Amino acid sequence: MGRYVARRLLQLIPVFIGTTFLIYLLVWALPGDPFAGKCGERPCPESFVAVMREKFNMDDPLFIQYGKYLLNLLQGDFGETFSGTSVGTLISNAYPVTIRLALIALLFEALIGVIAGILTGLRGRGFMDNLVLVSTLFLIAIPTFVTGYLVQTVFGLQLGWIAPTVSGNASWGELLAPGFVLASVSMAYVARLTRTSIAENKRADFVRTAVAKGQPQHRVVGVHLLRNSAIPVVTFLGTDLGALMGGAIVTEGIFNINGIGGLVFRSIARQEGTTVTGVVVLLVIVYLVMNLLVDLLYAVLDPRIRYD
Amino acid sequence: MSTEGQSAESPNPSPLEDPAAPAVVQQGSEPLLAVSGLHVEFRTQEGVARVLNGVRYHVDAGETLAVLGESGSGKSVTANTVMGILEMPPAAITAGEIRFRGEDLLTASASRRREVRGEGIAMIFQDALSALNPVFTVGFQIEEQLRKRRGMSRKDARKRAIELLDLVRIPNAKGRVRQFPHEFSGGMRQRAMIAMSLALDPEVLIADEPTTALDVTVQAQIMDLLAEIQRERNMGMILITHDLGVVAEVADRIAVMYAGRIVEEADVHSIYRKPGHPYTRALMDSMPRLDQRGQELNTIKGLPPSLTAIPEGCPFHPRCPLAIDLCREKDPELLTIAEGRVSACHRSDELMRDE
Ligand SMILES: Nc1ncnc2c1ncn2[C@@H]1O[C@H](COP(=O)(O)OP(=O)(O)O)[C@@H](O)[C@H]1O
Ligand code: SF4
Ligand SMILES: [Mg+2]
Repeated sequence: MGRYVARRLLQLIPVFIGTTFLIYLLVWALPGDPFAGKCGERPCPESFVAVMREKFNMDDPLFIQYGKYLLNLLQGDFGETFSGTSVGTLISNAYPVTIRLALIALLFEALIGVIAGILTGLRGRGFMDNLVLVSTLFLIAIPTFVTGYLVQTVFGLQLGWIAPTVSGNASWGELLAPGFVLASVSMAYVARLTRTSIAENKRADFVRTAVAKGQPQHRVVGVHLLRNSAIPVVTFLGTDLGALMGGAIVTEGIFNINGIGGLVFRSIARQEGTTVTGVVVLLVIVYLVMNLLVDLLYAVLDPRIRYD
Repeated sequence: MSTEGQSAESPNPSPLEDPAAPAVVQQGSEPLLAVSGLHVEFRTQEGVARVLNGVRYHVDAGETLAVLGESGSGKSVTANTVMGILEMPPAAITAGEIRFRGEDLLTASASRRREVRGEGIAMIFQDALSALNPVFTVGFQIEEQLRKRRGMSRKDARKRAIELLDLVRIPNAKGRVRQFPHEFSGGMRQRAMIAMSLALDPEVLIADEPTTALDVTVQAQIMDLLAEIQRERNMGMILITHDLGVVAEVADRIAVMYAGRIVEEADVHSIYRKPGHPYTRALMDSMPRLDQRGQELNTIKGLPPSLTAIPEGCPFHPRCPLAIDLCREKDPELLTIAEGRVSACHRSDELMRDE
């Protein structure tokens, strides 16, 4: 196991360098003048542009630029925006909000998705099964931004149950509705995955054995059936936590949440390359680490899996 | 002595008209486990498959009943019905009785049935790899019985689980108890399942083809172990198999199944000396024998009948070398043909007479 983890961590290095370079390339190769509109009505003075180009290594070849960026990054320095704000500070202000949002979404996914999956998986065909199949199909088919605007319009503007936009401090309560929106598509997948997994295992020989042993029904289901059916579901939820943070960009845009989604949104509009790169690099790291954790979790959940 | 045949002329006999008398009547006491007049059908989209058509057998304490028959004849369905682990639907029990110590299990409450499972009647399955839960240790799966059903503490249950693994002669039981089923070899896994089935000291053990999935050398060891445990604990054992060689060594009595019914039942010696049913004879002829090495094996001609369309008359008649006109019209009843022997064949008298 230890050697496996070491190998996986080593594999992360080329993946990390490759993806971050790609991001850097894409962000800094964006067309348009990054200094347009930075100095009010007039174009920026030559001297200012020269200082900036010097400061951001913009006259170096791209590889050198990237190398310098990477070196700083490894020392924990995300760089500065054009106006001199530390990107590290921006990110550390925005990240907790996004983590909160993603956790709420994950909770919705796990709770509603798993319960719907268990109910339909155990009972088999019937009204409940059809209801879940149809509603999950809807959730999967409708893009998040549609669900988001729908929730915002209906519950926020018309019924007035929730605030249409989230305030600056983004409390847990305020994030419930956006969290639900963010969760919607994955929730549908979790419900279906749980349902399939349970329906498959329900007929498994080891479940029959548990019944033949005279174990009470709640143990047959709760211990023998669910423990096995949980394996794919738990690993899906783990991988999804990484994906949710990236997916938060749209939801945060709709509800005007000051998380990293909103930060990226604004930074792209203002061509703040350093910020965009920083945030996306961080998302990549989170994603890679979550994937590794999920693979390890898989081995914990299923003893047949051995990594060595 | 009276004879009780489950006649197929009355397709849906009520359990009341079909007394729970065992095929071979025991004087005085009731048998430990007696199945009678058991009818089970599977209702699927392709139609109704009449899988069991009046099965009856019984087993007493300290005796081994072998249930023999081609694959698909209903051996497992009978066993699963006895255990109460039949999947209903698609299966439905349309008639019959299963008496354990005189108590009809089919009319017993769900909680009473659960109580009997494992403690009264335990079962071991053919494929231990799929029958054991892959994500729990072997120890957990044995201890679960002791803790949840006997209320033992974790520590005591662990101790007892190790004893049970020792009993089925798994080397290094102390270490093995912590391992998962996939870390065991096939034979060891089957031993572990036997240990699990013994956890609550059952009175009847049903073994459904316990050695079919194993290597030939391991098969013999597992059979010896089962026979020894059965003897030592004075258990009643129902051994389902299609291996006649195994049967001769360990069984006391044999019940032969065909198309969901018992066609012959007898003690092991007399049935080997002289089969009382053409199907039994065909089964024995199809067994490879040392003195006929090199000769072509006599396999039974034809296929078992489709259970959605069982032929009129004797279900074996399309394949039977002795079939006469009567066989195509009338289903033979299970009748006594000798002391302690029953057979369902119009020509069993002749079979028993000729040498
Ligand atoms: N779940 C099921 N659905 C439909 N038919 C079944 C099912 N289980 C068993 N059967 C049928 O019951 C018959 C007897 O099966 P079984 O008892 O397993 O035979 P065997 O004597 O080989 O153990 C077979 O013909 C099989 O097709
Ligand atoms: S009743 Fe007839 S067909 Fe059936 S086994 Fe006997 S002889 Fe053969
Ligand atoms: Mg079988």
